[in-house]
Amino acid sequence: MLDKRGFLKKSGSLMAVVLASSLLAACGGGKSEGGNEVAAAALPEGAVEKPALKLGFIKLTDMAPLAIAKEKGFFAEEGLNVTLEPQANWKVLLDGVIGGQLDGAHMLAGQPLAATIGYGTKADLIAPLSLDLNGNAITLSNKVWKMIEPNLPKGADGKPTHPISASVLKPVVESFNKQGKPFKMGMVFPVSTHNYELRYWLAAGGLNPGYYTPGDVSGVIDADVQLSVTPPPQMPATLEAGTIEGYCVGEPWNQAAVQKKIGVPVVTDEQIWHLNPEKVLGLRKDFAEKYPQTTAALLRAVIKAQQWLDADNGKNREEAVKILSQPNYVGADAAVIAASMTGKFTFGPGDTRPAPEFNIFFREYAGYPFYSDAIWYLTQMRRWGQVAEEKADQWYFDTAKAVYRPDLYMAAAKSLVDKGVIPADSLPQTDGFKAPQSGFIDGKVFDGKKPNAYLAQFPIGLKGKATVTAAGVKSN
Amino acid sequence: MSNVAILRKDSGEIEANATPAAAVDTRNAAPMATEKPSKGASPEGVKAWLNRIVPEPKDVAKFAKGLIWPLVGIFSFLAIWAVLAPQVDTSLGALPGPAEVAEQGVALYDEYQATADAKAEFYAAQDARNAALEAAGRGAEAQNFDYAGAPTFLDQILTSLKTVALGFVLASLFAVPLGLVCGLSKRVNAAINPLVQIFKPVSPLAWLPIVTMVISATMSGPDPMLPKSFVISAIVVMLCSLWPTLINTAVGTASIDKDLLNVGRVLRLTWFQQLTKLVVPSALPYIFTGMRLSLGVGWMVLIAAEMLAQNPGLGKFVWDEFQNGSSQSLSRIMFAVIVIGLIGFMLDRIMGALQKLASRNHSA
Repeated sequence: MLDKRGFLKKSGSLMAVVLASSLLAACGGGKSEGGNEVAAAALPEGAVEKPALKLGFIKLTDMAPLAIAKEKGFFAEEGLNVTLEPQANWKVLLDGVIGGQLDGAHMLAGQPLAATIGYGTKADLIAPLSLDLNGNAITLSNKVWKMIEPNLPKGADGKPTHPISASVLKPVVESFNKQGKPFKMGMVFPVSTHNYELRYWLAAGGLNPGYYTPGDVSGVIDADVQLSVTPPPQMPATLEAGTIEGYCVGEPWNQAAVQKKIGVPVVTDEQIWHLNPEKVLGLRKDFAEKYPQTTAALLRAVIKAQQWLDADNGKNREEAVKILSQPNYVGADAAVIAASMTGKFTFGPGDTRPAPEFNIFFREYAGYPFYSDAIWYLTQMRRWGQVAEEKADQWYFDTAKAVYRPDLYMAAAKSLVDKGVIPADSLPQTDGFKAPQSGFIDGKVFDGKKPNAYLAQFPIGLKGKATVTAAGVKSN
Repeated sequence: MSNVAILRKDSGEIEANATPAAAVDTRNAAPMATEKPSKGASPEGVKAWLNRIVPEPKDVAKFAKGLIWPLVGIFSFLAIWAVLAPQVDTSLGALPGPAEVAEQGVALYDEYQATADAKAEFYAAQDARNAALEAAGRGAEAQNFDYAGAPTFLDQILTSLKTVALGFVLASLFAVPLGLVCGLSKRVNAAINPLVQIFKPVSPLAWLPIVTMVISATMSGPDPMLPKSFVISAIVVMLCSLWPTLINTAVGTASIDKDLLNVGRVLRLTWFQQLTKLVVPSALPYIFTGMRLSLGVGWMVLIAAEMLAQNPGLGKFVWDEFQNGSSQSLSRIMFAVIVIGLIGFMLDRIMGALQKLASRNHSA
């Protein structure tokens, strides 16, 4: 039986190569739109070069597109045989993709950017697709919640009005400092979206979250609130133990804290930045160059899964929750996953509010990897010192264009539009930059085409030629 | 069997009789002493063979009595666990008792069955599709995929066993020759000793990043024969578990009877003959003791290494369940802990049996 399979494999792949080359000769390339729209890459359809793929993920609910693509057969439809392997933590996942053990992964948006600019292991990674929008929240411990809750402005129904600003934490931080204790919070990785969102929220409330110096990744220079890296599954335990007083993390860890009654989510990242980009599908650049058909097939399958997740106002979400609660995917209790994925979100005890935009996978052009999204992350890396020196606007544009690949996304998505699988209006008409966005909690406007001007707006954060040393910020 | 072997066997039996520490029943020795091993189907031979395998009533009683206290210990532990567990209230609910853990064991077995069924279905469907394609003349589009589901608990157990086997073999291949050299030469021993003492206490999790870097750099081809995570875990096991074998081999070799070495010199044996006929046989019990200790250490280290090296074994199972954080996670982790313990116990027994075999055939 094995010999037969091996023989068939050999003859099958040989025929596939012959087929692919004949198709390549016959087909033309993709169309490129006129004007300054992003041109779709020229990817004629053909046989997949590498059907057996291994993708890594971390056990968070926004790996859903990958799980759905596998369970609902979208990968198989595209001729791919995909193994999904949970990884121990974000560092192992990143090393796995860079080292080749994984062909691609569910990645933090900051990871391919940091790898390309050389912050951490240097490698050429690309993000041809954005997996989702929103999906994180900031949770505080019960102790801190009790301290701030009486002072929160309440609405007519007695519940705190949202969004809650970080300024309510100022007296708490002062009382901690008076007792000689630092106020600590956790996030998942130095270049994680959670880190930047948490810092944005704290700075918007007037608290300094600390700066990074070139040699040091702890990022606590001049900090009012000290942030540290904690792996997501250990966050509830560290919160309970009092090692940290709050954290910013994806689901299911905020609702898990609610279920275990050890913490209270106070703000979601949707409230910090309306429709913010979250995870991406990260691939090695040479993988996409070597296996263009495979990459296109992979993207098509994931796009179909994203559409399924957002179909019909969330009618498929219940089934998605059931799939994700299997131990080999996210594994948390179905009730905890459902608490954030089915259009609602629970904050304080008994305070469940509708949150239809908590997890967006397909609507609002969620899959398109906008250059402006990459530039926002790069500006935040500069704001907190991970990028040690001032960079010209062109550096931001060049880095974003090297890593984010809307051309690959559009090629795959257009072929799905042509087949009638996704509607044509689900694709944006864009040059890769979103219009200036104003949905931030502090009201600042972000224009992706003017990164340095954006950085200059913030009272807290590096701007211009400022640098950080162990002694503090130098304005230069 | 040659006469020499019979004589050696007999002397082995006499040794067993003389040393009270021998756990082997003396009854087994008795018929051997009175009845010379007779081949063939003679009535005496058959009776002797039957005597060897069918236990006598008084020995069954002895065996049962030997079992009582261990069983008492196990059952009291289970009882205390069942009583105390519900009283410990963690934020994930009460700590699971033996009943919940057993339930999860059954659930894991059911998952294994379900995966086996799904695998069979997948291959059947694939074969059917391929047959249809061939019939339609599109045989070139036939696919031959391997089932790409998550590994089951049993797969993970097998992966762990394979990894520890590789790590243990590598450790023994490295430690035994080095130990022999150390034992034979005081100078080499003095030279190597400080290095051994420094590297012995290093934890596997401290070796892991270094080994990962080295393996990632050296195994940089696209499709290696063995998965990187497997090699990394096996090498970490080797680095942590080779010390007991090394030390015991050195001690055993150093404590060889000087008279034996003198005999070797008198008989003008070559270096190789001395090694194989004198040194190794007399050091063998020590070597096996060392290997038994090494296997125990290696098994413990493996679970820790797998958690971070992503080798799909029991360590990864525990870490993934921890990351799941569901209400069954703690029970499943406890079940895995029990399985890890039982496998470690079984490995130790196997090594113990091999050790006895070695000690009996090559009396020190």
